[in-house]
Amino acid sequence: MNNLYTYLLMLGDNSMILGHRLSQLCGHGPNLETDIALTNISLDLYGQVRSYFQYAAKVSGNPANTEDSIAFLRYERQYLNGLLVEQPNTDFAFVILRQALFDIYHLYLLEALESSKDTQIAAIATKSIKEVKYHQRFSSSWVKRLGDGTEISHQKAQYALDTLHPYSFDLLNENAIEADMKEQGIGADLHIIKEKYQDTLKDLMVTSTLTLPDNTFAHKGGKEGVHSEHMGFILSDLQYMQRAYPNMQW
Amino acid sequence: MVAGKIHIDPEIYSVLEAVSDPEIPVLSIMDMGIVREVILEGKSIHLKITPTYSGCPAMDTIAVDIKLALEAAGYQATIELILSPAWTTDWITEKGRQNLLDYGIAPPLNDSQDKRALYDGERLVPCIRCKSTNTKMISQFGSTACKSLFQCEECLEPFDYFKCLK
Repeated sequence: MNNLYTYLLMLGDNSMILGHRLSQLCGHGPNLETDIALTNISLDLYGQVRSYFQYAAKVSGNPANTEDSIAFLRYERQYLNGLLVEQPNTDFAFVILRQALFDIYHLYLLEALESSKDTQIAAIATKSIKEVKYHQRFSSSWVKRLGDGTEISHQKAQYALDTLHPYSFDLLNENAIEADMKEQGIGADLHIIKEKYQDTLKDLMVTSTLTLPDNTFAHKGGKEGVHSEHMGFILSDLQYMQRAYPNMQW
Repeated sequence: MVAGKIHIDPEIYSVLEAVSDPEIPVLSIMDMGIVREVILEGKSIHLKITPTYSGCPAMDTIAVDIKLALEAAGYQATIELILSPAWTTDWITEKGRQNLLDYGIAPPLNDSQDKRALYDGERLVPCIRCKSTNTKMISQFGSTACKSLFQCEECLEPFDYFKCLK
């Protein structure tokens, strides 16, 4: 497999798995407005995934690959999303903190990819960033409301942050594929993104009266296909129709 | 706006103008500004369209509708989805904005007003019914990806506001 193909999967899988997690909340949001917001964000992410996977199918060199086969017919070890996005919808604080951590990363990533030498990646980034700005505003404003809200909302937000934070490093630490893509001027420089990410996160935590964990312990492996236990459950749900009825179409 | 930039055969223009967004039927695809290029060779047409939002579920339907409309008019059409340059609400025509308003959707404000209305709670979006700007945002995300939900504090009318995308 070529590195561009793998890189596109890494980009697309994050949006797909988070989009799936958010879609699970459809009809289960804490109130109507948030429910609609979360599913709107899910839809945006799915739209971005389609762009990445249509392009991935093209560059894969295998005519049998389509956006659908890439989305639905890989095995767990072949999904290359970060561990953060597969973490469960434990409660609303988890949903919001997971989203906020991802959105900050996502926004800086897309900002960098806008100037990718690969014109298709640059086009997808320029398109997506307009949407992701809305996502980021939404999630950070909720982090502030929860963190600086009531005693209980603060406690729950802090707990969600403490639990999710170790899963976020996985997205930010460069692997060999990302290093190669960066060298070629196609991919983003994660070292720069990581710095910006940490600064923005720090500021957000101060305004939200939340404390970033000192512990720098990091779960890793998502981008290499080594996932947390939740991933298998996600895929059995996500792939059910294609596995039960191969090649089915809506 | 788009039509101004590209030359489209008047006959084809009228066919395309009759195709609308299935979720906002009053808005023709020409007024939305999603048709980016039309190449006519005899009776075959190559058309480039661009999505409003990446995940807009209406895009596939729109592409099929365009194809069928052109076929009915005697043309064979191929449709290509392009992402760049990315769509912006600035491409909605004046007529499109008026149609939105008549339909009960507040058209997008300019970029900076939009941000102030959506994020700082400034009262800038005029009510579609009584025109008062004493309106408040209920939800940043609305019934479709491109809209947010507002309510008028004067006449209490709840309404959709088409978000500025730039």
